[in-house]
Amino acid sequence: MNKVNRKVIRTEDLNFWQKLYIPEIIKGMKITIKQMFLPKFTRQYPEEKWNPPASFRGRPVLVEENGKERCVACGLCSRVCPALAIEVQASETELSKERYPVKFEINMLRCIFCGLCEEACPEEAIVMSKEYELTFFSQEEAIFGKDKLLMPKETLKDRLEFLRQYR
Amino acid sequence: MVKIQIDGKEYLADPSKTIIEVARENGIHIPHFCWHPRLSVSGNCRMCLVEVEKAPKLVIACATRVADGMVVHTTNERVIKAREAIMEFLLINHPLDCPICDEAGECKLQDYAYKYSKGYSRFEEEKVRKPKRVALGPNVMLDVERCIMCSRCIRFCDEIAKTPQLVFTKRGDHVELTTAPGEILDNPYSMNVIELCPVGALTSRDFRFKARVWEMSATESVCRGCARGCNINIWVRNNEILRLTPRYNPEVNDYWMCDFGRLNTFKYVNSNERIKSPMINKEGELVEVSWEEAIANAAFKLKNFKKSEIAGIGSAFATNEDNYIFAKFVKQVLGSPNIDFMRHIIGKDDDLLIRADKTPNSLGAFAVGVSPGEKGMNFEQILEAIKSETIKCLYVLCDDIAISDDIINALSKIDCLIVNSPVKNNLTAIADIVFPSATYAEKDGTFTNFQGRVQRIRPAIATAEVDRALDGLSQSRLDKFGAPNDRWTKGTKIDARPTWRILVAIANAMNHKLKYNSAEEIFNEIASSVEAFRNLNYLIIGKKGALLNMNKIKYQKPVTV
Repeated sequence: MNKVNRKVIRTEDLNFWQKLYIPEIIKGMKITIKQMFLPKFTRQYPEEKWNPPASFRGRPVLVEENGKERCVACGLCSRVCPALAIEVQASETELSKERYPVKFEINMLRCIFCGLCEEACPEEAIVMSKEYELTFFSQEEAIFGKDKLLMPKETLKDRLEFLRQYR
Repeated sequence: MVKIQIDGKEYLADPSKTIIEVARENGIHIPHFCWHPRLSVSGNCRMCLVEVEKAPKLVIACATRVADGMVVHTTNERVIKAREAIMEFLLINHPLDCPICDEAGECKLQDYAYKYSKGYSRFEEEKVRKPKRVALGPNVMLDVERCIMCSRCIRFCDEIAKTPQLVFTKRGDHVELTTAPGEILDNPYSMNVIELCPVGALTSRDFRFKARVWEMSATESVCRGCARGCNINIWVRNNEILRLTPRYNPEVNDYWMCDFGRLNTFKYVNSNERIKSPMINKEGELVEVSWEEAIANAAFKLKNFKKSEIAGIGSAFATNEDNYIFAKFVKQVLGSPNIDFMRHIIGKDDDLLIRADKTPNSLGAFAVGVSPGEKGMNFEQILEAIKSETIKCLYVLCDDIAISDDIINALSKIDCLIVNSPVKNNLTAIADIVFPSATYAEKDGTFTNFQGRVQRIRPAIATAEVDRALDGLSQSRLDKFGAPNDRWTKGTKIDARPTWRILVAIANAMNHKLKYNSAEEIFNEIASSVEAFRNLNYLIIGKKGALLNMNKIKYQKPVTV
């Protein structure tokens, strides 16, 4: 009744062999069978962990230097965060940097691993780590405080060196 | 009047004025650091350089009077180049402190660096090091490195506060701001230098590192510290007041406010002393009860007394609306003429802002009817009557009248003491029924200052029944986008209600039909029934307030003790 006019647009018409289908199927099977004899790539996760490259953006962490955080609680990461995951409360310290974060919390349920916090940070105090395993049993547990965020500078060497290339 | 030309447009100008003043009046912004409309011209920052045709060099707009036929250019290439050079000079020794500086976000130097600077530095040498974290006085912190030597603070102390406490020492790029020998910066207006300072050299010790400015919302309100009623902004984050700053109103406080008002009038709003729920005295102890129970109980108790046994104490800390409803409640619902309010006169008026009357609304409370009716008693007479036990029931509005042992002894004799109060105090401790009332930062309303100027206050803090978004409170970015499981939106909400609503509820429980839905509705009724308020409404009051018809008020100015 209602005849639908559909125009088939094909950039290249199938040739005779392709129209037969069988040779094309054999071609595909060849690749499949070849893979069966090549070395396996399956990783036995979680027994076997993956070590990401320096460019990987895992969960954001705070850089700890000489037992103290580098962070001066300027709040730029918190301001730039598109997901509003970061909360910072500043306070005064006797150190020459004057300010330090008395509270620094990242809501990992909000975090989208975009790395803008790292980019905005004037002190190179918050960087993306290689950690990608994030599981929680409750919403409260997903809010990481300074206890979970602080990481010694040495363990973040890869990332810090990676960032330096682009400064 | 002379004719001058600025950026190709002709303007008529008063020849006693300077280029920067004329430009400002006509909406042309000439960047400046050291110039301020209320301070003398110092002319040292050089930021306001403009080109005047036929003048050999660029001139500073703040110190050059306009003359007939003057042709001024504020945005041509020569001027822009000069500005860039000045900015470069100013930034040479300015530390890269923005991440730790409280001024960041409202910093003139930061803003101008974006607008009028090149965006990069050619300076590779060491910056001059100067002392940081210097406490200039009890309220102001100085960072000498950040100072750009504009001398606004020095001129403020000399000319406005009339207490020459600040000076420059040394020369060249070693200039340091410091207090004069033997002085500290402790004048009653010292904190105004914080707003005056175009950079973060002078910052508040009280607000130090509490929040970044872009995290807070600002609400236009009025200070409750004295009868001046300085216009203020209330800065709130996470439902907590963090600071107050003066808001410009040439008729009341100009650009200034006093340190007392700035520091001591808001902390009670978020204190632990707030009353969290209505309370009833059961067997000598105040027990938290529901609103319904407390209102029913108050209505029941008030019915038990003869009209002549009841008295009401209004409050000069409460709004016009609250006091109007209170006067109506006492005079019409309870039928008693015994109503007055307590005066809080401490010290003397000074020459700038501070008033001896430490309440924001004494004139308004009187004008809307909180004064003894026919054969009614005034405040002192009510106290005497309580002592002689002729007054047996007292309703007190939002004011701690229990300020002396004499008054406390008298009040403990009373059969029924009902109190509206935001915080626990001596009075609530001996009360029979306590209603938690909203503070000035949690409600709509108006105060009347000593000049008879009616000024609006607006809610800045949300109470339990208020939602920031739905009820039109000012919102910060965090308020707008926070979800219920975010810790930064939770903030404490207190279950307090505006005083007028509590009174209306009690009146209704006593079968007197009072019906008001908002403070504005009450104000409109005041405007139609009180002669002095005639023709006023919230729209007319606006941001800067509106004057009462003072001829219609027989108010006796409280005597200074």
